[in-house]
Amino acid sequence: MGYALNFNLIWRHFDKLWGGLLLSLELAVISIAIGVVIGLVLAVWYVSAGRVVRAIIAAYVEFIRNVPLILLVYLVFYGVPTVVDLAYSAPTSFVLTLSVYSGAYLVEVFRSGLEAVPRGQLDAGKAIGLTPWQRLTHVRLPTMLRITLPALSNTFLSLFKDTSVASVISVPELTYGAQWINFNTFRIVEVYLVTTAMYLLTGYVLLFALRLVERRFRAAR
Amino acid sequence: MATSSHDNPALLDIAGVSKAFGSVEVLRSVSLKVDKGEVVTVIGPSGSGKTTLLRCVNFLESYDSGSIRIDGKEVGFREAGTRQRRSERDLAAMRAETGMVFQSFNLFPHLTAAGNIMLGLTKVRGKSKAEARQIAEHWLSRVGLAHKADSLPAELSGGQQQRVGIARAVAMEPKILLLDEITSALDPELVGEVLAVVRSLAEDGMTMVMVTHEMAFARDASSRIVFMADGGVSAVGPPKEILAQETTNERLRSFLARFRASHF
Repeated sequence: MGYALNFNLIWRHFDKLWGGLLLSLELAVISIAIGVVIGLVLAVWYVSAGRVVRAIIAAYVEFIRNVPLILLVYLVFYGVPTVVDLAYSAPTSFVLTLSVYSGAYLVEVFRSGLEAVPRGQLDAGKAIGLTPWQRLTHVRLPTMLRITLPALSNTFLSLFKDTSVASVISVPELTYGAQWINFNTFRIVEVYLVTTAMYLLTGYVLLFALRLVERRFRAAR
Repeated sequence: MATSSHDNPALLDIAGVSKAFGSVEVLRSVSLKVDKGEVVTVIGPSGSGKTTLLRCVNFLESYDSGSIRIDGKEVGFREAGTRQRRSERDLAAMRAETGMVFQSFNLFPHLTAAGNIMLGLTKVRGKSKAEARQIAEHWLSRVGLAHKADSLPAELSGGQQQRVGIARAVAMEPKILLLDEITSALDPELVGEVLAVVRSLAEDGMTMVMVTHEMAFARDASSRIVFMADGGVSAVGPPKEILAQETTNERLRSFLARFRASHF
């Protein structure tokens, strides 16, 4: 094997990777933030709703979970604008898609957390005269958060990695930057080595930060 | 069977309450009056409806027919006779007038001992944080836990948790305190500290209805004992009468006999 590693060309175009990483993080943070709102609202609604609403929410979750993300990305970016008169940029389209996608996964996380809050705690909240809204915000959600934090960290990390799918609609995030460098320099091994290291490092930092938050809350059990 | 006479309306008036879970009748036309300052203990075999009855009093459970009034006010329904449930807001306000202590403590795990007591004071009673904290500290020292104000439930023993549970309930200054087998989940050596707190509340004149298996406590601390069997009140009376060996109530006699055999 006469392949000699040469990273010079990678460093010359490193701004594509660095800028890509920042965009990846931005896409992830915005999508997750919207997804958390979708997930929380639907999960709270689900546990207190009747059969019809439950069925609708379950259908949304099942649909998203059984369709590959890349297909959804194509559907929203190419499919929707051809049917309805809408125009949006590729990054906006991807954020939209990943938000709805992450929302479905987060509904599941939050719902199981809400259902895991011991009945006795809710009874105690009722017994001291808290209204349903106060029981939700002061008893059920804080306990749910503690229960779901580990699962939440994993979901967040997984969603961060999912931003790489945005490369298929030319959103210049990290994976797209790597592809660009590869096409223009043919240093395939080097560029993917560096990119992998960047995903790995970012993932570790994120996980470390989330575990710190978990520990803080766990101590408060 | 003794029934006490009532000149003034009773503080708690349970009249003909029935409830079924599916085809199982858990309460069969239960009636019971509790006067202000009384300590009523409810005993009976498991499955006799004791806990369900207690949970109906603050409407943690609904019931199918009958009426429960506290201070003359219907608890769960808009008026006696109608089956129109009160709004959740109304129910919350009604429940704030009763305190409840649970078998499994049910402290809020994310709040400190003081925080558990302060939640109802600030959110329901509208007190300031500082005032609520003061009240919390007062009650914590009453139950002997002044030094644990800033401890989380997980850092407390079962007995300590239950004393916080009692403090949380009484700090709201309820008209009546409901105690649901509050020592059943405790190690035997921790039962005494919790019962001592209940006893001191009784001496202060707190009206209490207490479901318990602690016969010695029922004998010594209660004004009346209610014996429940098969979802109904089988006997009511002063402790001496109910716990007498020579009772003619067959169910009560066999319950006490079994109880004595297993506990002494």
